[in-house]
Amino acid sequence: MTTAPSDPNAPGSATATGHGTNDPRNPGTGLRVEMFEGHRVNRPAAERRAASLTARRSLKKDHQAAWLVNAIRCIDLTTLAGDDTAQRVRRLCAKARRPLAPHLLQALDLAELTTGAVCVYPTMVPHAVAALEGSGIPVASVATGFPAGLMPLPLRLQEIRWAVAEGAAEIDIVITREHVLTANWQALHDEVAAMREACGPAHMKAILATGELQTLDNVYAASMVAMQAGSDFIKTSTGKEGVNATLPVSLTMLRALRDYGAATGHRVGFKPAGGLRTAKDALNWQVLMMEELGRDWLRPDLFRIGASSLLSDIERQLDHHVTGRYAAASRQALA
Amino acid sequence: MTRIAEILTTFDYGPSPEDASVARGWLARHARGFGHFIDGAFLPPGETLPVTDPATGAELARVSQGTEADVERAVKAARTAQPKWAALDGHDRARHLYALARHLQQHARLLAVLEVLDSGKPIREARDIDLPLAIRHFYHHAGWAATLADDFPGQAPHGVCGQVIPWNFPLLMLAWKVAPALAAGNTVVLKPAEWTPLSALAFAEIAREAGLPKGVLNIVTGDGTTGAALTGHPGIDKVAFTGSTEVGRLIRRQTAGTGKALTLELGGKSPFVVMADADLDAAVEGVVESIWFNQGEVCCAGSRILVAEAVAPRFEALLRARMGKLRTGDPLDKSTDIGAIVHPVQLDRIRALVDRGEAEGAVLHRGSAPAEGCFYPPTLATGVEPASVLATEEIFGPVVTLTPFRTPEDAVALANATRYGLAASIWSESLTVALDLAARIRAGVVWVNCANLFDAAAPFGGMRDSGFGREGGREGMAAYLAPPAARARKGEALPPAPQALPAAEIVPGTLDRTAKLYISGKQARPDGGHSYPVAAEQGSGGKGAAGLAPLGGRKDIRNAVEAARKAEGWSNSSGHARAQVLYYLAENLSARAAEFADRLRAMGANAGAARAEVDCALRRIVWYAAQADRIDGAARQIGPGLTAITRAEPVGVIGIACPLAAPLAGFVSLVLPAIAAGNRVVAIPSQTQPLAATDLYQVFDTSDLPGGVVNIVTGERDALARVLADHDDVDAVWYAGTAQGAAMVEAASAGNLKRTWVEDGAARDWTGPAGQGRDFLTRATEVKTVWLPYGA
Repeated sequence: MTTAPSDPNAPGSATATGHGTNDPRNPGTGLRVEMFEGHRVNRPAAERRAASLTARRSLKKDHQAAWLVNAIRCIDLTTLAGDDTAQRVRRLCAKARRPLAPHLLQALDLAELTTGAVCVYPTMVPHAVAALEGSGIPVASVATGFPAGLMPLPLRLQEIRWAVAEGAAEIDIVITREHVLTANWQALHDEVAAMREACGPAHMKAILATGELQTLDNVYAASMVAMQAGSDFIKTSTGKEGVNATLPVSLTMLRALRDYGAATGHRVGFKPAGGLRTAKDALNWQVLMMEELGRDWLRPDLFRIGASSLLSDIERQLDHHVTGRYAAASRQALA
Repeated sequence: MTRIAEILTTFDYGPSPEDASVARGWLARHARGFGHFIDGAFLPPGETLPVTDPATGAELARVSQGTEADVERAVKAARTAQPKWAALDGHDRARHLYALARHLQQHARLLAVLEVLDSGKPIREARDIDLPLAIRHFYHHAGWAATLADDFPGQAPHGVCGQVIPWNFPLLMLAWKVAPALAAGNTVVLKPAEWTPLSALAFAEIAREAGLPKGVLNIVTGDGTTGAALTGHPGIDKVAFTGSTEVGRLIRRQTAGTGKALTLELGGKSPFVVMADADLDAAVEGVVESIWFNQGEVCCAGSRILVAEAVAPRFEALLRARMGKLRTGDPLDKSTDIGAIVHPVQLDRIRALVDRGEAEGAVLHRGSAPAEGCFYPPTLATGVEPASVLATEEIFGPVVTLTPFRTPEDAVALANATRYGLAASIWSESLTVALDLAARIRAGVVWVNCANLFDAAAPFGGMRDSGFGREGGREGMAAYLAPPAARARKGEALPPAPQALPAAEIVPGTLDRTAKLYISGKQARPDGGHSYPVAAEQGSGGKGAAGLAPLGGRKDIRNAVEAARKAEGWSNSSGHARAQVLYYLAENLSARAAEFADRLRAMGANAGAARAEVDCALRRIVWYAAQADRIDGAARQIGPGLTAITRAEPVGVIGIACPLAAPLAGFVSLVLPAIAAGNRVVAIPSQTQPLAATDLYQVFDTSDLPGGVVNIVTGERDALARVLADHDDVDAVWYAGTAQGAAMVEAASAGNLKRTWVEDGAARDWTGPAGQGRDFLTRATEVKTVWLPYGA
């Protein structure tokens, strides 16, 4: 790794290693359109960067294993299905507590490993909180009329308060896409700021539903407004859009996040969600974080991956790393 | 701390070495040294040169130093194989090229690793860029071979091609040279660069495996003397060279007058223009793909960043941060961005140039690189004055300058302030602005919001000192084919020098008329103040004179070139507007047809021939007027979201030396295609019969032809042509005259690497069909490829 003196992303001293953050939370700035208006993002160039970036960094052997372990630390292990039940959530939480089989953990010489959080629908929060008690793993809840968010604002705010009251430490809100598509930045800002207020002590991740914003110009602007309204994280997708997290969209959000940090001094986290299914995806996104923002953004206080099936593929890869034999999914503990 | 836990704090990427064992195995098989590949077999090694791995300094192999005898042997093999190869059905040649593509693909990893070992380029680039492009080139040209007869009817291969390629993209440059040559039915003797010959030798083995007939491809290794022996060999019909401008000039002089076809792809100092409305992050990545691609050892690298002052500080900050992330080191490591500099000699050259630049006041910002070994850190130079060596010289290393500009006008001026004209990269989110700049920057390739994209179907090549000829696409194929050659049964003889003495008598006509030079739309007396008699009957010994012609000289040419340079508006006018002027010209000439016929008769033509020649001139003018608004480029869909358009742009200022015969038709046949395509011309009419051409300026004056578009200087043809060929502000010279004059023009044109077109003045019947055609327009235009990626 070559680190240049001009690297703005050199690791800071007050680095959090566990959940939560040592950074003061992003208070937001109020709407400042000059920070994004007229900011153009060239899609072919973004796609090219995304493609070459992941092809130009390679991780092998122990390094690959370590980066995969890190991905596990950053996973918001998620179930957001209509047929979720308390039992289903308990099983997910068990997997979050023990994402790897003991023999793998031992072979990797790691004392403890959990996922970054468990992410569920609001009504599942109490079950998750109970199941994770004592683990230190936060429960994240989607809220605000997830996934479309087209409910009256008071109801959406009420939903946030309800989930927080039930013990959710993190709230994944969805923005009103219409405000972006009509460039109604004030409305977008005010809505997200109200949600942030409703979150209280809970950290707020703003889901931009980038697949529905379509253009990267929109993605950049929406990212900026969400941060200006006080989001702790910006997140790509609900996982329910036609197109979910992609590397070019993520790249655009990271650049917004970098620019926001440079302008305000506040560090905001990033969460790609939906579409990350393979260990290779997990490595690609981490390389993206490392190259665009630096190693601080590889830690769960600033980076989460919203995923459900990803963990299983990572576990298979780590199994191969440890044993030298290819693994079968049927031999792993189900999430 | 355990290893995994430790990595979880450092987040190092760790080593990721490419397995080089197959390539090393191949090298071990050739441990006793490589001989040349001639006539389908490797010769025993002769006197050998070491080939080293620049990353480690270790010797990889020894290759033979090609002698004149080796070159002779290779050319002979190629000559012997050529007729049969050319006689193959296009379909059958296509099968061979297709097989080459297939076998390259099958050995792609071996070749990629060899390329890394030999040149020091990072494996990611060799694997993901060089090899796919090389393979694609053979597939594409298999296509041209298959359809050759339909696409290029009547054209024939040159014969034996002598090709010399550089060390920066050894295999890719081989592909660019060999694929079109073979597709067209030529056979090849290729000399790879002294520092990087290995992939060419491996390619020879692969070609043998693929069943390429023996003698069709021959590889001779060695240093510059071997290259010179090859390009100078009389048995070579076409020379193709990619490399430095300096060597390109030598080859131009060496081949002058030999009749060899020549294409040169030379150096560059390409501008990288960042407008205020650009996606700056995208532009930063563009810089990475420009100058920090292949260690900056790229002829078309955007080595001069020009950035709008409004965004310059932010752009510089982003660029420096990005530069800090680049990893320079082991080329075989898959996480390496910048590998080793090809050779210590090149490293020394880079260091020396950067030191000079620093001494001239440049401020250097550097990324990191290993302290030991043949490495150079990515470097950004700011505070570089336009005259600094860093702004003018091609460095061929990972060094880029950054200069702010104020306005688009300023950007274009800075971009064009160079001897070179290979490539340009333009960054703006406004299509309106970007296309304007793309049109105005003198470069053979313009990348809009992208950099260093290549494709076998898109022509690549330079303007100005960056050389001439295109590689890729139809234009690239055309460079390996020749239309049926015009050959003189009896060549033009050198006419006696004009005598600035009074004629014995002027054949009586109407009122005495004084022919003058025509410069900048005005009649001008020659600077020297002399005139010469024009014989009334050609070959009669000049007893009676048809009149006097001004004896033009150096300064008249200088004035004419200046006038032509200034008449830029003509080049920027629409084809329709040019067509209107040319039709008007025809109209006015038609009205005065009898007068012109009389003039031709006065200079010795019989009445019928005179009438026919005037009629021919009229038809020519109308034909080129008809062409003027459809001298077109093309749009090529390279991929989804990626179009490359080719523009047929005027060459600029063309000097034209007319044949002695057909004083009106010869002049019109050469000048009209030039101006129809938007060029401005300095024309030297028939030395012995200049008066019909000088009469034309009155027709020009009445036809709204803007001043300076056609300038006429009469006098001693070769002396005047020499001044034109030497002139650095003339872009091309067309010469129809003697063999000696042709050689002189080609040699003198090496100075600024003018495009030249020379042939014997008597080779064509200037009043017949050979005196007109699309190939005239092709010579009057230069192709610019503009890359346009798109995506909402």
